[in-house]
Amino acid sequence: MASVCFYFQVHQPYRLRRYTIFDSNADYFDETRNAEICRKVAQKCYLPTNRLLLRLIKEQRGRFRVAFSLTGVVLEQFREYAPEVLASFQDLAQTGCVEFLAETYYHSLSFLFARDEFAEQVRMHQQLMQELFGQTPRVFRNTELIYNNELAQEIEGLGGFKAILTEGADHILGYRSPNYVYQPPNTQGLKLLLKNFRLSDDIAFRFSNQHWSEWPLRPGKFGQWINAINGNGYVANLFVDYETFGEHQWEDTGIFEFLRELPGEILKHPDNDFKTPSEVADSYEAVGTVDVPELISWADTERDLSAWLGNAMQHNAITQLYKLGETVRRTGDPALLQAWRRLQTSDHFYYMCTKYFADGDVHKYFNPYASPYDSYINFMSVLDNLRSRCGRPGSGWPSPQDIATLPAKRTPRRDSEHAQNSPDS
Amino acid sequence: MKIKTLMLGWEFPPFISGGLGTACFGLTRAMDRLGMPVTFVLPRAKPFRLSAGRPIPGASSENLVPPSTFQHIRIRAVAADIVPYVDPAVASATATAILNPGNAEDDQHSASEQAGVRSNYGANIYDEVQHFADKVVTLAESEAFDLIHAHDWMTFPAGVALAAHSGKPLVIQVHSTEFDRSGEHVNQYVYDIERHAMHAAAKIIAVSNYTRNIILGRYGVDPEKVEVVYNGVEPAQPHETFVRHTWPTQTDKIVLFLGRITMQKGPEYFLQAARKVLDKMNNVKFVMAGDGDMLYRMIELAAELDIGHQVLFTRFLRGDDVDKAYQMADLYVMPSVSEPFGIAPLEALRNNAPVLISKQSGIAETFRNALKVDFWDLNEMANKMIAVLRHPPLQQVLRTEGHKEAFKFRWDDSAARMNDIYHKTLGLA
Repeated sequence: MASVCFYFQVHQPYRLRRYTIFDSNADYFDETRNAEICRKVAQKCYLPTNRLLLRLIKEQRGRFRVAFSLTGVVLEQFREYAPEVLASFQDLAQTGCVEFLAETYYHSLSFLFARDEFAEQVRMHQQLMQELFGQTPRVFRNTELIYNNELAQEIEGLGGFKAILTEGADHILGYRSPNYVYQPPNTQGLKLLLKNFRLSDDIAFRFSNQHWSEWPLRPGKFGQWINAINGNGYVANLFVDYETFGEHQWEDTGIFEFLRELPGEILKHPDNDFKTPSEVADSYEAVGTVDVPELISWADTERDLSAWLGNAMQHNAITQLYKLGETVRRTGDPALLQAWRRLQTSDHFYYMCTKYFADGDVHKYFNPYASPYDSYINFMSVLDNLRSRCGRPGSGWPSPQDIATLPAKRTPRRDSEHAQNSPDS
Repeated sequence: MKIKTLMLGWEFPPFISGGLGTACFGLTRAMDRLGMPVTFVLPRAKPFRLSAGRPIPGASSENLVPPSTFQHIRIRAVAADIVPYVDPAVASATATAILNPGNAEDDQHSASEQAGVRSNYGANIYDEVQHFADKVVTLAESEAFDLIHAHDWMTFPAGVALAAHSGKPLVIQVHSTEFDRSGEHVNQYVYDIERHAMHAAAKIIAVSNYTRNIILGRYGVDPEKVEVVYNGVEPAQPHETFVRHTWPTQTDKIVLFLGRITMQKGPEYFLQAARKVLDKMNNVKFVMAGDGDMLYRMIELAAELDIGHQVLFTRFLRGDDVDKAYQMADLYVMPSVSEPFGIAPLEALRNNAPVLISKQSGIAETFRNALKVDFWDLNEMANKMIAVLRHPPLQQVLRTEGHKEAFKFRWDDSAARMNDIYHKTLGLA
């Protein structure tokens, strides 16, 4: 029995507009750009792929089943910029063959820095799933599949979850296969579903690479690979970014044809089926414990946190951001809270990554900034303004009102001590 | 087969007063390491001859990165009173000062005062360039070479004459064009020399794609003819530790401008941006290190902008002082209006100073771990200056990543490329 478990990740950040030390208005996000991108991806990916999935679900009469995780921020953007996309996801929900997973509302790294905030974001997200799709998620995936043993404890503590998804990284599995269900240590009843990254990346990354030994990847061939799991596992966890279909892999690569034929090919073999993550958790017992003391993720070849926390700028930006949490809450201002939360989206820190900057590859394609330095400077300028709007005493920087009333000539500042040291020290 | 090159170039240590000399020296030394035989002909007020294996006059092992002897390079200096910069008085005064250390102070003072008055290359430059050409042709009678390599416009007439006379192919290297130096108001005579040489040459080497585009766009040259070879920076020596010096009494941040204070280098943009920075933070000093025809104008501008007491003018820095200046800096800024390549940021990074560079430069097209800005965008320039000064992590990452990346620009690679180009030119590829 090989159960193919598809999960698609859907996310768009609220990208920042260009913001310098000379800017002082509260409008941090580039609405025009975000709307443009949202609509573009809707045309190339979300709408056509949703249509295709709906068709496949009908054709296969319930045997084709998949899961999605949609972030709170992308759903907000659909509501505002592309409501037809939201409607098509709701149509998918109606089929009864689509499961919606839980994650942090703001696609944040809050688990690493602010547990209370993390819990709140998970709850917010669950509520949104109930509101929009009539489902309360039972399966959790953390931002970028970031995971360790502690996360499992945390999720168990929150209650209501039966499984967590994460990366089937070699260094945690060792000789074992991701094609089984596992469990985290020291938990009761929680299950772990591990991504089969080889098969997933075959579709998500290698599909159109003509130098790949397996190119072109036809559904029949892929079906064989799935069949080969029989006897060596129960599930094929195919966890991919939804933008694979039409954005990362353009239409002319044949990706849609591939997806269209795939369910049929897989179901040719009577021992195969499709299961959602909940169904996988319900159907299979955990065969063992997977110990993950150090944090892993699904990013790059390292599958660690270096994409978001690999250099001093990233550490500094994220620490400063979370330090502000208390202050932001105390203002009681929902606009400030929302802005602060939108700044938590992991993409902002991803853009500051210098890992592959010398080679300018995959990271660069998705980066709206010319360099990681530009993204850090932009982010910190926004953060400064946010901080000053909170009126934090001793922040050392005047509020926008103060700046407006500054005389033309410089006068020595009262708190020149603060001006000498950066607020970061 | 070893190709013998006759190279027409500039300045050797300790006479180097700018990027052109640095580039020639770096390239030549790398060619020496590669075993490429070169006869190097340069114009010098006091001519001398140097065979391979002899130490370079005036060079001591302290101020020279070893080897201080060349194995395959012969140097011949020809009497000619030309220097490649707009401000000849200063440069020749510098040279005089080095040769006669006793009178150094006085000479510099009077020369630079005169420099404020003169704005051109000097009344006799055209004659001198022609004299140099004649002397080179004469000198070359006693030399054997397969190919001629000329650096920048003042040696081009010599290169063209020599090529015609000897029948050997001419390769010209364009380190800068009249458009870089003079904006739109080019000197017709100089432009004509550049253009003529570009059409007479068998191959043109540009120091960047930025420069290559100017050559193609402004001089009507066939793209096939123009190659790009980047400049480099001296590799790290075994004894060098790159420990960042701190000056315990230094309380203010330092933003450094180091280069000729002339239109091409954008000094007024530096000061205008400085003013914007000082409106937001006041524990910063702006240091302008260098001399040039706009020096006095900049001193006045600093006063006009009411930042005079936070801008320091060091005048021309030599030798170790240059390295120290980079080491003290929290940020090195190159706001050039048009920079064909830009070795200075590499030298700054070599000394662990993070850099902010003009996008209108050759180096900006390839270097990654630097902040970049359009030279005219004063707000953005100030924005980036403030960001580096206020955020230690930004400064730190720029420093470490930039330092590593700077060493990727190796003269040895440039020399190897040069070798390939020579072979292609001679049809020996």
